[in-house]
Amino acid sequence: MTTAEATARGEAQAVRACWSCRGPVPARERFCPTCGLVQEPVAGDHFARLDLEPRFDIDATDVERRYFALQRQFHPDRFAARSAKEKALSLRHATALNEAYKVLKDPLGRAEHLLSLAGRPVRADGAETVSDPELLMEAMELRERLSEAAAAAAVDALLAETRANSAALERKLGHAFAAGDFAAAQKLALRLRYAAKLIDEARERRRRFDR
Amino acid sequence: MSMQILEIHEPGETPLPHEAERELAVGIDLGTTNSLVAIARDTRPEVLRLMHGEALLPSVVAYLDGRQPVVGHEARALIGEHPDRVVRSVKRLMGRGYGDVKALAGTLPFTVEPGEAERMVRLRVGGRVVTPVEVSADILRALKNRAELALDRPVTQAVITVPAYFDDAARTATKDAARLAGLQVLRLVNEPTAAALAYGLDKGAEGTYAVYDLGGGTFDVSILRLEKGVFQVLATGGDAALGGDDFDHLIAERLAAERGGPQLAPGDAKRLLEAARGVKEQLSQASQAEIELDLARAKTRHKLARAEFEAMIAPLVDRTIAAAKAVLHDADLASAEIKGVVLVGGSTRVPLVRRRVAEVFGREPLGDIDPDEVVALGAALQAEALTHGSDTLLLDVIPLSLGIETMGGLIEKVVPRNSPIPTAQAQEFTTYQDGQTAMAIHVVQGERELAEQNRSLARFTLTGIPPMAAGAARILVTYAVDADGILTVSAEERMTGVSQSVEVRPSYGLTEDEMIGMLRDSMEHGAEDMERRLLVEAQVEGRRLLLALRAALKVDADLLDATEGGSIEGLAAVLDRAIEGSDRHAIAAAQEALDQASQEFAARRMDRGIRTALSGRALDDLERRMGGAAD
Repeated sequence: MTTAEATARGEAQAVRACWSCRGPVPARERFCPTCGLVQEPVAGDHFARLDLEPRFDIDATDVERRYFALQRQFHPDRFAARSAKEKALSLRHATALNEAYKVLKDPLGRAEHLLSLAGRPVRADGAETVSDPELLMEAMELRERLSEAAAAAAVDALLAETRANSAALERKLGHAFAAGDFAAAQKLALRLRYAAKLIDEARERRRRFDR
Repeated sequence: MSMQILEIHEPGETPLPHEAERELAVGIDLGTTNSLVAIARDTRPEVLRLMHGEALLPSVVAYLDGRQPVVGHEARALIGEHPDRVVRSVKRLMGRGYGDVKALAGTLPFTVEPGEAERMVRLRVGGRVVTPVEVSADILRALKNRAELALDRPVTQAVITVPAYFDDAARTATKDAARLAGLQVLRLVNEPTAAALAYGLDKGAEGTYAVYDLGGGTFDVSILRLEKGVFQVLATGGDAALGGDDFDHLIAERLAAERGGPQLAPGDAKRLLEAARGVKEQLSQASQAEIELDLARAKTRHKLARAEFEAMIAPLVDRTIAAAKAVLHDADLASAEIKGVVLVGGSTRVPLVRRRVAEVFGREPLGDIDPDEVVALGAALQAEALTHGSDTLLLDVIPLSLGIETMGGLIEKVVPRNSPIPTAQAQEFTTYQDGQTAMAIHVVQGERELAEQNRSLARFTLTGIPPMAAGAARILVTYAVDADGILTVSAEERMTGVSQSVEVRPSYGLTEDEMIGMLRDSMEHGAEDMERRLLVEAQVEGRRLLLALRAALKVDADLLDATEGGSIEGLAAVLDRAIEGSDRHAIAAAQEALDQASQEFAARRMDRGIRTALSGRALDDLERRMGGAAD
């Protein structure tokens, strides 16, 4: 069991008081079982927010389905006719759901979130540490190719290549996480981060060719 | 155990939850050229018209001496006679500072009152000075009256649409205008999103759609995914200062050049613009337009061919097409992936616009719903959904990145554009000087690299940072954007917990004091409305407490003896009666008494709840040991 799971389980046992009827509410319940009103969102990771197990291989359609279903319950539009407190709580739920969805639908976001849950953040204090000379060389070479690309077709080719590379990295990340090999996952996530950055830059360059 | 269940909140926060008292909420399209009000019943929206069937209310206000402001066709008709007393296209000034419009003075149909660059622009209209917020409030008041006449009951709640590309300052200005007009804004909805809502619900559309919305003064383009009642905005873009008005200006300049002679007085310029608008409309139907001008005591005749008109406006249309491509790019979609293009706004009647849109998306745009009405219809649907509940879900995004100025005047993005709202993002900053005790925070909106190139929204200073070595303080700045797209910024020094939160009243906005003064001046029923709202809020709170208590009694009544139960029931009955009445102080007192009396009950319920949970855990542990394995 991971630390996150253990914490989640601990919380699941706890009971808090409903802000409205003041009765007991099991900590993970989002609505009071007695009076039915929305409760404070509990602290937890993005997976728990969408009622998902923390794992890398997840079904994107399933993530989206859960996100929509939960937003249907918690979006501020559902609370327009409710009390100020309920509105404020719905805003917090909806904000957290948006964040969870944003992180989890993106393989890189998901990988980094899993790593940080495991206590192995990819980026410490926002600074990227590159200690892998091979990765550095590869990144430099690709960036050079991008800056030298003289036509849209060249950027497209690089984009296609980098996207294929990303897909391969995502598959490897899946294996690494499944095997509990966080050290490997950490390296792969860093490579994926580089690939994502390159894709962003290539798309920006592609956009300039379009104009 | 001490607990407070009474929440203190702002007046106007709580609408009515009870069917009998629930007021009708309308949808309002507050446009640059025309405005509309609509209502939906059972998800069937309709535009509310005047007796003679006119749906569009021209967004034109005339301020004549000693008279109430005149809004609509009547005001437009006054442009000829009293051009200096009539304000049109005021939406273009919402959330704008004097500095923003100074450069445009002369080309705008306004007489701008000189003032500070970073304050809301003010207009000189005849003898008085008005803000764009007040002019918009006059238009909203006229729409409110129209709705009340058509529905024969008071209307105090509305969903108001804004261009998706409106920044924080313009959104806040719109909300302020509604408040002045005595309307509670249930939600600001982006115009393209409202159009998609009307379109999607009406046509049962599913898939990815583009909405191309060319209004009088603003241009928006949004890409949305429509799926099983979810309207998910994928990306939005546009130009908050580009619209059909600009076509009019080009025609007007052309006509003025043909006429020759000295520069026109501002009044004649306004009449010329009205004439130009007529020419534009003719050219949507015919390949050639003819017009006679009678300005400054000189009559002239003019001809304009559609081809010439198209050549004139081509650069402007190109800008909208470039924005459409950029949004497709942001959504990471190819035009082939777009299932349909919905056209919104009167200016999409211009044939060149239709042709170019068809070209870029590779398909004929859809025009089944009147492009003038579709936004108001969508707003009405959302107003009904917010007050009566609904299964549809609107997931919108923020149109422009929100950032903070850092060293050297650079921008650090805190919330990137196209982030789904509501959202909250935080970033940590530090001090750069030893012993620094304050930090200036400059909030900006836009996509450019330098702070000065973007829109300045607000400045504030976090003070009380304890003196530390440079770089030791950890200041967390959080940007929270609500479902209306409006920003709140808070800052906290994390080592010591010094914190400050500001609702970003944009520099260009009205101060709270100005707002209160205007409310006092302009609302005949201001005090009454406020009192009424406070009563409604007290009723909502009272009902919530009763519901909560009754739900609790249903499960835990056995925790009370007969005397305790009787006393609580008695106080609940008092609160019940108070809610039926109209004295909010009586409601508050009854609520307080009931709250006090039920404290002990609440404590016993928690004890029971915790005991149950503990025994549940014991059982769980036992089962796990018996089963021998955890999952």
